[in-house]
Amino acid sequence: MTVTEAPPAAPASEPVVHKQPARRKLIPYWLLLPGILWLVVFFALPMVYQASTSVQTGSLEEGFKVTWHFQTYWDALTEYYPQFLRSVLYAGTATILCLLLGYPLAYLIAFKAGRWRNLLLVLVIAPFFTSFLIRTLAWKTILADGGPVVNVLDSVGFLDVTSWLGMTEGNRLLATPLAVVCGLTYNFLPFMILPLYTSLERIDPRLHEAAGDLYAKGSTTFRKVTFPLSMPGVVSGTLLTFIPASGDYVNAELLGSTDTKMVGNVIQSQFLRVLDYPTAAALSFILMAVVLIMVTVYIRRAGTEDLV
Amino acid sequence: MRWIRHHLVVIAGLLTLAYMILPNIVVMVFSFNKPAGRFNYAWQEFSTDAWKDPCGVADMCGSLSLSLQIALWATIGSTVLGSMIAFALVRYRFRARGAINSLIFLPMAMPEVVMAASLLTLFLNLGAELGFWTILIAHTMFCLSFVVVAVKARVLSMDPRLEEAARDLYAGPVQTFVRVTLPIAAPGIAAGAMLAFALSFDDFIITNFNSGNTVTFPMFVWGSAQRGTPVQINVIGTAMFVIAVLIVVTGQFISGRRKNSALPK
Repeated sequence: MTVTEAPPAAPASEPVVHKQPARRKLIPYWLLLPGILWLVVFFALPMVYQASTSVQTGSLEEGFKVTWHFQTYWDALTEYYPQFLRSVLYAGTATILCLLLGYPLAYLIAFKAGRWRNLLLVLVIAPFFTSFLIRTLAWKTILADGGPVVNVLDSVGFLDVTSWLGMTEGNRLLATPLAVVCGLTYNFLPFMILPLYTSLERIDPRLHEAAGDLYAKGSTTFRKVTFPLSMPGVVSGTLLTFIPASGDYVNAELLGSTDTKMVGNVIQSQFLRVLDYPTAAALSFILMAVVLIMVTVYIRRAGTEDLV
Repeated sequence: MRWIRHHLVVIAGLLTLAYMILPNIVVMVFSFNKPAGRFNYAWQEFSTDAWKDPCGVADMCGSLSLSLQIALWATIGSTVLGSMIAFALVRYRFRARGAINSLIFLPMAMPEVVMAASLLTLFLNLGAELGFWTILIAHTMFCLSFVVVAVKARVLSMDPRLEEAARDLYAGPVQTFVRVTLPIAAPGIAAGAMLAFALSFDDFIITNFNSGNTVTFPMFVWGSAQRGTPVQINVIGTAMFVIAVLIVVTGQFISGRRKNSALPK
């Protein structure tokens, strides 16, 4: 990547930058160097180390050596596939719930809030600045056994239905899959609402009027105009929700039980408690592969690649 | 019924908002609780003890100040590095732009636990001592991408003719940058910095892996969930919420006044 190789292309819109002497062509590289170096050393290189760790064998006392022991991957998968399935299931459910809950609020802020718009936005963003761990702990209080939420849901028969579906047990909410999904949904809701709001806000309100003038009902307008135009927000919102939720272990740990452990919990305990680094590294790589494959397929199908 | 159908979006939206705000209200209410046992999960009686003595819990305010320091340095580091990358990506055409764009996108498209674990393997292999520096390195790394995105968005919407005009008026490159480019990009840089600060201050997963025995505030909260949660945690949570809302509201107020008084765009 030498200076002479740098393309001399000078688009008409930015002539000033490119009419510079050769020395100036180096400027972008100097601007990029420190940040990219940081990412290479502390993001890309660690991935290489992790890949190498995942094919090592040994013990903590004797040290680990690269033995190309790919069996670790298979063992990890066969032993922990329930946690993998749970992660995908919980994160997927939370993502769908986030979309269902987040869309009306994003729509409300974008089109109906009027002078309340800024206040509502502040209320959506403010949780970002409050420790999410403290707020997750607050869910322990809200979902507590015998608390008002449990009592109300129990008396209307909601808990019977969710118990039948296997999402709760008896008349409690805490330490059930539903509690974990509730926590995940709550934690990642802002990541859904903000992209949705951004893409909804860009829609020209005159398109709604035009649809109305063409005798479209409110629901038809939404289905044929608003929703398709908000697809970029839907895609990036679902990704921003699903990806972190699939690796999360905080909600499963604080709101769940041993039966609700996700793959993040396994990676955490293997790395920090059991100290079985190869298994932990293999699990983490499988999770990364699963997420990257799902994301790539999803982006292809949804047809939006300009996410950043 | 008609009324409900007509206002369905508003009702659903406000219900979601209630869902989002509910834990904050619980945190606030329970900051005035006087718990009977070690855990502050059930309401006992009203008390302002915790507010009178917010640092009355061993090690809590130490972890808070450590988190603030780390967040401050990580914000400075990632904002400087990220803004430089953003400027280079928007303002210059060069080779490897695609590769660099992916390198910046990847940390955001990866579950945090994967990054956390891989960083730990790096530090273990290098024999680095886990603590302040490894946390700072990790935070700067994952905040970087978010800063790039925030600054890029702002620089993209900048009119390059303003800088041409400055040059036509015989401003040097440095002068142009300091007097024209930087002030216009400032809101984007500020947004990126605020995001980085919030992300770093609140980060748990990456810190959990790379902190060793160092206890940041989220680590303290995590530990307290097992040992017993002091009421002071709720005090800090409430204070953070109030301060955040005040900062955002003040920011909006200032930018609103600027919009009214400054020159037309």
